[in-house]
Amino acid sequence: MWIAYIKENKTVSTLIEEILKPELLDLEKRPKANALEHEAIYIMREVAAQFEKPVLLFSGGKDSITLVRLAQKAFWPAKIPFPLMHIDTGHNFPETIEFRDKLVEELGVELIVRNVQDSIDQGKVVEETGKYASRNMLQTTTLLDAIEEFKFDACIGGARRDEEKARAKERIFSVRDDFGQWDEKNQRPELFDMLNGEIEMGQNVRVFPISNWTELDVWSYIEKENIEIPSIYFAHKRNIFLRDGLIWSAEDGVVFRADDEVVEERMVRFRTVGDMSCTAAVASYADTIEKVVAEIRESKISERGARIDDKRSEAAMEKRKQQGYF
Amino acid sequence: MEVLKIATAGSVDDGKSTLIGRLLYDTKSLTDDKLEAIERTSKQKGYDYLDFSLATDGLVAEREQGITIDVAHIYFSTAKKSYIIADTPGHVEYTRNMVTGASTSQAAIILIDARKGVIEQTNRHFFINNLLRVKEVIVAVNKMDLVDFSEEKYNAIKADFEELMSKRDYADQKITFIPISALKGDNVVEKSKNTPWYNGETILEHLESLDLAAVSNVGTPRFPVQYVVRPKTEEFHDFRGFAGKVYGGELSVGDEVVVLPSMTRSKIKNIYFYDKEYQTAPRRSSVTITLEDEVNVSRGDMLVKAEDLPIIDKQLTATVSWMDSDSLITGGKYVVQHGVNKVLAKVDAIEHKVNPDYSGIEENVSTLQMNDIAKVRLKLNKPIFYDQFKDHRTNGSFIIIDSRTHTTAGVGFIN
Ligand SMILES: Nc1nc2c(ncn2[C@@H]2O[C@H](COP(=O)(O)OP(=O)(O)O)[C@@H](O)[C@H]2O)c(=O)[nH]1
Repeated sequence: MWIAYIKENKTVSTLIEEILKPELLDLEKRPKANALEHEAIYIMREVAAQFEKPVLLFSGGKDSITLVRLAQKAFWPAKIPFPLMHIDTGHNFPETIEFRDKLVEELGVELIVRNVQDSIDQGKVVEETGKYASRNMLQTTTLLDAIEEFKFDACIGGARRDEEKARAKERIFSVRDDFGQWDEKNQRPELFDMLNGEIEMGQNVRVFPISNWTELDVWSYIEKENIEIPSIYFAHKRNIFLRDGLIWSAEDGVVFRADDEVVEERMVRFRTVGDMSCTAAVASYADTIEKVVAEIRESKISERGARIDDKRSEAAMEKRKQQGYF
Repeated sequence: MEVLKIATAGSVDDGKSTLIGRLLYDTKSLTDDKLEAIERTSKQKGYDYLDFSLATDGLVAEREQGITIDVAHIYFSTAKKSYIIADTPGHVEYTRNMVTGASTSQAAIILIDARKGVIEQTNRHFFINNLLRVKEVIVAVNKMDLVDFSEEKYNAIKADFEELMSKRDYADQKITFIPISALKGDNVVEKSKNTPWYNGETILEHLESLDLAAVSNVGTPRFPVQYVVRPKTEEFHDFRGFAGKVYGGELSVGDEVVVLPSMTRSKIKNIYFYDKEYQTAPRRSSVTITLEDEVNVSRGDMLVKAEDLPIIDKQLTATVSWMDSDSLITGGKYVVQHGVNKVLAKVDAIEHKVNPDYSGIEENVSTLQMNDIAKVRLKLNKPIFYDQFKDHRTNGSFIIIDSRTHTTAGVGFIN
């Protein structure tokens, strides 16, 4: 290459200039991943521009970690111009919390934590009991209270349309009323790239920048961007027990286990890291991001198949959404 | 992998959901648990075949009424492309959903029930896809199994449709006819043995063969500024970056640009995507641009190349598709959102209503109801920087927001 340049009689300075020339921002190389990324960044910027008090809902899961990276990219070299908020069910995997605190420190952004336990202690919600007890539903109250407390007008979330049928109809800017309710029959049409964030007092908007991503897109992005994620996403040895054909963690005492449910040690990983009490593990040896991506690519069970709360009824998700669930 | 967005159009029961379900099934995109749910529900309902429409009908209300009532997005991919299908409903009263679905799609599938042929609603489906300048249209003549895969039937429907094509406004639209049975799978993914007289592509083959560069809309570069990035840190003390998405064509470092509306000239100094600098920002990239000179730029302003100015005007005429239950009235005041720019607008006049079945126009109208399409003259309180929709899909369209309810009440395509 050097010889070629010298033959063309180039001066050293043009030579250096050409080598240092910024590379091409090539969207054609990975057209899908790039289109999704650039769309999500556009949405992040619309949120920052159109709302007075936005917040990014951060669960410590891979989707919200992806959102954080997208927000970083959208506003660089400035810091992310809104806080992160974690609605803590108290049933988190300990790894997720450690991870969250480290990330927030690195980013230098504000983290707000609101606890479901507080809502329970205040008597606003009642803890479920029994075999399928979960705090997933209770989160809604804590979230709505926090929105009111901080007067948030936009909450950015990591929901994806491919997760569940009712989600497929969700808008990118989804308007919720005072009670956090979703009126699915009366949604604003979204045309071209235009996002209408106008709201009335008391209303707020849920924003879904990765609406159009699939689970595999998220994982591939994490791989490509080299994004750090909590260790429970990778295969590890864990004490588990089986129920309804699903694998439950027998550690930390969060998931109720009957006496006749036998504990055994297996290699597992989690595909989502929501509330521990309703998040099942999958048997897996994928202990690196490359292996996880390969596994997802092969996988035949959709991600929510491992979440028991959706199986309660076919219309479960839609009902929860109407009540203000994310 | 490339992404192709497809809108579907068809009347109720023409088989849209079944077709989408069939595409998902034949491309092995249905996960085991979803397939199981479909098998279980089909059995419960006593069907002797798999009801693929269950794969897409999302909302309880829909399941109860057995119809699709809103736009749903469905995803699947092959080794070659990723697809996003906007499943849009075919009711007469749901023009708005179809317009919405078509606005983000590069291709459309119009379904026709082979037993019914081209009906009034087919005209409407075609009209809307043509109005929105969707480049590729597949006309799928469905339920061929119910007409004994008759070539004559198919040809008659094709001829009727071609009649419609002669009335269309956007003549460059490419139209492909395919005889299918969504339920049985003929010519959806696999070539059918039942249609030996048809030697064209199956639906999937056709979608796979589409050249994405050719189906997207390329025009002149427009850069609406979304957000001004001012880090105010030691390291980036004087940094003022203009964040936005590039539409229509690319922008490069060194390009002479004009900032609208101030008409200030400058040159592009840097193009950033995250912490890296680039020489060129391609179409549809979300980048941050800095300029050589200190220019006052804020959200809603637009950077354009000095030699490619858009139209800058406080008046415009547009084809408006009305989407709200409150009617649009002559003299009414609204907010117009053009890209990321918002201005106030007054309806100067409704020139005429367009019958979306190609049956002509209606004059002397003073209000528009939901699903109406009309040519409307607007006066704005400030100039906007626009192109005609036929030249620029993004910079040639706007939404109309009701300033009282804040809802998106309509969309306009600038003439
Ligand atoms: N025989 C036959 N029936 C079909 C075909 N496609 C759809 N159907 C049936 O037509 C009915 C309506 O289909 P559906 O997909 O729900 O229509 P949509 O309202 O357009 O979504 C259902 O009973 C389908 O099983 C086909 O190709 N052949």
